[in-house]
Amino acid sequence: MFTIFENRMIVPNVYQMTVHAPDVAQSALPGQFVIFRPEEDGERIPLTLADWDVQAGTVSVVYLNVGRSTAKLASSKAGQTLPTVVGPLGNAMEIDRYGAVLCVGGCYGIGSIYPIARALKAAGNTVVCVLEARSSFLLYWQEKLRAVSDQIVCLTRDGTSGKRGHIGSLAEIIRTLPMRIDRVILNGCNYLMMRGSQETLPLKIKTIVTLNTLMIDGTGMCGVCRVSVNSETKFACVHGPHFDGHQVDWAEVTQRRKAYLQEEVIPLRTTQPL
Amino acid sequence: MEQPVKKGLDLNRRPMPKQAVEVRRRNFEEVALGYDSRLAMEEAARCIQCKKPGCVERCPVEVDIPAFIQAIAEGEFERGVRILKSKNSLPSVCGRVCPQEEQCEGGCALLKKAAQIAIGRLERFLGDWEAAQPDLMMPEIAPPTGKRVAVIGGGPAGLTVAGDLVKLGHQVTIFEALHKMGGVLVYGIPEFRLPKRIVEREVEYLRRLGVKMVVDYVVGKTRTVDSLLEEYDAVFVGSGAGLPWFSEMPGNNLNGVYSANEYLTRFNLMRGYSFPLVPTPVKEHVRVAVIGGGNVAMDCARTALRMGAETTVLYRRSREEMPARLEEIENAEEEGVIFRYLTLPTRCVGDERGWVKGLECIRMELGEPDASGRRSPVPLPGSEFFLPFDAVIHAIGNSPNPLIPQTTPGIEVGRKGNIIADPQTGKTTKPRVWAGGDVVTGAATVILAMGAARRAARSIHEYLTNPSEW
Ligand SMILES: Cc1cc2nc3c(=O)[nH]c(=O)nc-3n(C[C@H](O)[C@H](O)[C@H](O)COP(=O)(O)OP(=O)(O)OC[C@H]3O[C@@H](n4cnc5c(N)ncnc54)[C@H](O)[C@@H]3O)c2cc1C
Ligand code: SF4
Repeated sequence: MFTIFENRMIVPNVYQMTVHAPDVAQSALPGQFVIFRPEEDGERIPLTLADWDVQAGTVSVVYLNVGRSTAKLASSKAGQTLPTVVGPLGNAMEIDRYGAVLCVGGCYGIGSIYPIARALKAAGNTVVCVLEARSSFLLYWQEKLRAVSDQIVCLTRDGTSGKRGHIGSLAEIIRTLPMRIDRVILNGCNYLMMRGSQETLPLKIKTIVTLNTLMIDGTGMCGVCRVSVNSETKFACVHGPHFDGHQVDWAEVTQRRKAYLQEEVIPLRTTQPL
Repeated sequence: MEQPVKKGLDLNRRPMPKQAVEVRRRNFEEVALGYDSRLAMEEAARCIQCKKPGCVERCPVEVDIPAFIQAIAEGEFERGVRILKSKNSLPSVCGRVCPQEEQCEGGCALLKKAAQIAIGRLERFLGDWEAAQPDLMMPEIAPPTGKRVAVIGGGPAGLTVAGDLVKLGHQVTIFEALHKMGGVLVYGIPEFRLPKRIVEREVEYLRRLGVKMVVDYVVGKTRTVDSLLEEYDAVFVGSGAGLPWFSEMPGNNLNGVYSANEYLTRFNLMRGYSFPLVPTPVKEHVRVAVIGGGNVAMDCARTALRMGAETTVLYRRSREEMPARLEEIENAEEEGVIFRYLTLPTRCVGDERGWVKGLECIRMELGEPDASGRRSPVPLPGSEFFLPFDAVIHAIGNSPNPLIPQTTPGIEVGRKGNIIADPQTGKTTKPRVWAGGDVVTGAATVILAMGAARRAARSIHEYLTNPSEW
């Protein structure tokens, strides 16, 4: 049992949760994920680590309330417990001194890029963060990210904060930056990662994405997280979740992500309290 | 209790009472209902108590089979339990899942007359009889030694090592990656073959003996073996063979294509058969193909059948070569699973939305026996054909998960990723680390995992009581 320290909505429908899991915090590395089970008999859902605190023994995640299990998570309160918090799983993001790195986050990905930006900065890189959202009221953690990066670019579809545009404007943003970008890291929904990879391909900038496939165990046992990377089948949980965005078969990733779409909505068509 | 009288040779092997086919095809409750004490005593009375019993010779853990059978025949069930459990700590499990026809029953003197004693059923009877008693028989526990052992994996191997060592007075902690203890017994083998309450009962028993259990803990990720060695005197690795294989063919990443592990885990561990009452989703399929011929394939096929699908097992050799337990093949046939032998799928064919719509297959012919002694199948050119399916399950095998070897310097692995360990002692190439079960042998059986665990426990105990001699 893992005690919830904090759970709150940070922007509409996006939540930040901090739980007590000292062994996970102790081993956590940037880019790794955890699996939460919100309730007994509950589904196992993978979530990227957005932060951790070894001293306090806590780990934090940022999640979007999209379905039955995340709705259940969203409704839990500080002081309550989660039956499962297991991790840290997957490989860490490769961190090296690349030069200038662009970290792009959208939706929950704004939280996910935080530890990566922090580690890249500590390794001596120039870090530029691009935060993408529909509108300014969906942006969060700017202060936190500013502390670990050299520049922040906000990108909103309605132009209410920073530049007006969306992930399709990424190439243009890169061109207008004062420095040459040596590496791009994309984290967010499938569309953001796919579209962003398309933008950086003609620029020939190495682009790393963090796939959010379906998973059950997260340790390589079930294989539901299969993806084709450079025409080879990989398990996102053990070989990833970070892959070269230019080599991922995005059509397949998108299809596989939708496998249970229909089943996911069945339990939501209910008036029962969660 | 009245003792059945032996008159001559009774060749009437007592049948196992089962749920009626029509009923059980649609539920997940246990198929075999078990002998009652009358049936068990009648069956036991048929044993001729051989001087040189062939059954014992073929039992991987050398249970004194005639002795426990005699005890049953005499109605002395408690004595029977004690004899059985001195060698096999999980009789309710083994009685249900061991391949008896290849082991004890395959060595029975009455096999010639097709009347081999139903040893597995008798074993199960004793295990279940004990569990039904109001007071659990608790074994003696040696005084605390102050030694600490970490066990990785809560499957049959891990549970057995833990049980043996805790009785010897050592402090034992099991670390399990999943949220439930039991390994394949809980995530793989379905409820209708091995009810989960039986596994829970065995786990609870170990807990009462003082074994500590930590679930949701992935050794190699949450903490490394080297870090465990700082806190524990010895480490046993029983992490199983959980990495699924997919047969090499195009189209395996289409939606509707599963590994057996995924399919079974959704239903067993996550209780998907109750969806949408439980949140882990499962699909309703109409026509399901299962590739493979082992226990795993039978379990997938019978699960799919119970979910209402027309289910076909595709196996590249013939029925005789199928490695599954005979009883489960028979159950599957009775329940209406379709078997297509000498059939090899070569491609998963998908529709325009990325869902599987069928399999391209080729017919096979049996050639010369291969290294394993089984006749190897060869494709018949020009015999390609197509079968429509909306789900395909790969049940062709698993290998050990590389997580622990990769994160543990000093542990040597073999060609297939299995940890190398001394078959007599379970010692690995790394000091103070032992291993046993599927992680060493590759996917095998519950009883072999238990046997290896027993030997490792003995070796660990020797080390703990006399570390200077090592
Ligand atoms: C569907 C199916 C049906 C089967 N049917 C039969 C049958 O009828 N008869 C029979 O005899 N055998 C059968 N088998 C085989 C049998 O189940 C195995 O041989 C046996 O369970 C092996 O035991 P084990 O303890 O070595 O491994 P497992 O039972 O696999 O247990 C290993 C445990 O270790 C955990 N683990 C793995 N890595 C880590 C880690 N890094 N940290 C912590 N924990 C970890 C796993 O989660 C798992 O719980 C079947 C197998 C399957 C899959
Ligand atoms: S071989 Fe058969 S008849 Fe002989 S002792 Fe064993 S079970 Fe009894």
